Amino acid sequence: MTTTAHLSDTTTLLGRSLRHISRSPDTIITTAITPIAMLLLFVYVLGGSISVGQESYVNYLLPGILLITIASGISYTAFRLFTDVSTGLFERLQSMPITRSAVLWGHVLTSLVANAVSLVLVVLVGLLMGFRSGAGVVAWLGVVGLLALFTLALTWLAVIPGLTATSIDGVSGFSYPLIFLPFVSSAFVPTDGMPTAVGWFAEHQPVTSIVNTLRNLLAEQPVGDDGWIALAWCVGLLLVAYALAMRTYRRRIS
Amino acid sequence: MTTSPPLTATAIAVAGLTKSYGDQRVLDGVDLTVRSGSIHALLGSNGAGKTTVVRILSTLLKADGGTATVAGHDVATQPAEVRAAISLTGQFAAVDDILTGRENLVLIAKLRHVDDPRGVADQLLTRFDLVDAADRRAATYSGGMRRRLDIAMSLIGDPSVLFLDEPTTGLDPQARLEVWRTIAELAAGGTTVLLTTQYLDEAEHLADRIAILHGGRIIADGTFADLQALLPPTEVEYVEKKPTLEDVFLALVRHEQ
Ligand SMILES: Nc1ncnc2c1ncn2[C@@H]1O[C@H](COP(=O)(O)OP(=O)(O)OP(=O)(O)O)[C@@H](O)[C@H]1O
Ligand SMILES: [Mg+2]
Repeated sequence: MTTTAHLSDTTTLLGRSLRHISRSPDTIITTAITPIAMLLLFVYVLGGSISVGQESYVNYLLPGILLITIASGISYTAFRLFTDVSTGLFERLQSMPITRSAVLWGHVLTSLVANAVSLVLVVLVGLLMGFRSGAGVVAWLGVVGLLALFTLALTWLAVIPGLTATSIDGVSGFSYPLIFLPFVSSAFVPTDGMPTAVGWFAEHQPVTSIVNTLRNLLAEQPVGDDGWIALAWCVGLLLVAYALAMRTYRRRIS
Repeated sequence: MTTSPPLTATAIAVAGLTKSYGDQRVLDGVDLTVRSGSIHALLGSNGAGKTTVVRILSTLLKADGGTATVAGHDVATQPAEVRAAISLTGQFAAVDDILTGRENLVLIAKLRHVDDPRGVADQLLTRFDLVDAADRRAATYSGGMRRRLDIAMSLIGDPSVLFLDEPTTGLDPQARLEVWRTIAELAAGGTTVLLTTQYLDEAEHLADRIAILHGGRIIADGTFADLQALLPPTEVEYVEKKPTLEDVFLALVRHEQ
């Protein structure tokens, strides 16, 4: 199959699921609402008793909230894929002379777009609450790139339950651990105050390095080693998730 | 390697096809030949393996053993060529509920790279009496409308072989007749149709040939008249008039057990 055919099939299927989103904008709102609620809760209720040094708490908190937004947004990819499988549309497409993986790519690219919209909403609320950044174009590109990589990695992970779940509960359940991972990281409070074991886990799990990198980029600070570690985590997760998803996919279609 | 399909009047050739799920041997050596341009019915009770056969022939499932060629291409080794020649209407209408009827058709037309996707969609909407509902979401369609849309989607790109898995299950008599008429038209136009059904009258009225799948094998295959002649002599005395397909089916299936 030629690359142009692959691109054109993927574009057609991307157009289709973007249409789904435009017809159910509530999925975007639902994705953004929990992170926004957390932002409000932590900044206005708990923020007063959390000490993060010089920074304003909303500046400190926003990067972690963005990751939570992505973690909850990708469950819709699993949901849409599951719907295609359970309605038989997936099989119909697989029996057609198209580039078969275009079906997955259509959903994955849709996830990038949908999550970008949700993230913009959350950032807008952050701005209203006093979030400020003097970051330049390059730093913002870094922020966007890292968020996109993180979204891609989690989306490919979401493809797996989308293809294998037998019920709708199985589809949504998988994302809860992802949403809670940021709580045991530097996203809400610095890790130094945590008990040793928890602190060790928090220091070494991917969210902390990603959050620290985003925070430093936005604060015009050097990102240091965290930047490389965050990048390595995102690329590593992406490769593993992609390989697992493709393996699941190949099992599903043969 | 570019080999053109052999010029043969055989559209589907299946030999010794086997498939098991765990310990359950669903297909136990299925042999079937379908002539080009004919309507061949695959008849069988619930769980006989009809859908399994269709899924193997439409490259969605790998057989454990045996061979199957569709439009001259081996389903196991040349699945892409097979997919280019076929279209599948599965047992349950596979339409996108969030899209309108028209958008569903345009989607498939684009994926099949036809020249004028919107034009093709318009033609099919007219042909399947869906013009009034064209711009409503498929989720609002009745069962019959969904099935018509589903079949219309399968016709895009003029596939030479069409698999219809229980195309009229759940339709009212009127809609059933419409689907029958469409299938007959397609075959008259040269399309090969393999349709599965549990309705004996459907096979009797529509099909050129009827194959009965039972116990993982094809236990009878022929025209309706051939099958009538197969009725075991002991059964004939119980059947007063000309035997119906139902008489034949029940007699053969009982005989096998
Ligand atoms: N994925 C699967 N895993 C395990 N068993 C399966 C699977 N798919 C089908 N089967 C079994 O294989 C047998 C044949 O199924 P199939 O769907 O082909 O029958 P069918 O003739 O189409 O039946 P129906 O008339 O109900 O549609 C059934 O006993 C079914 O339970
Ligand atoms: Mg079936």
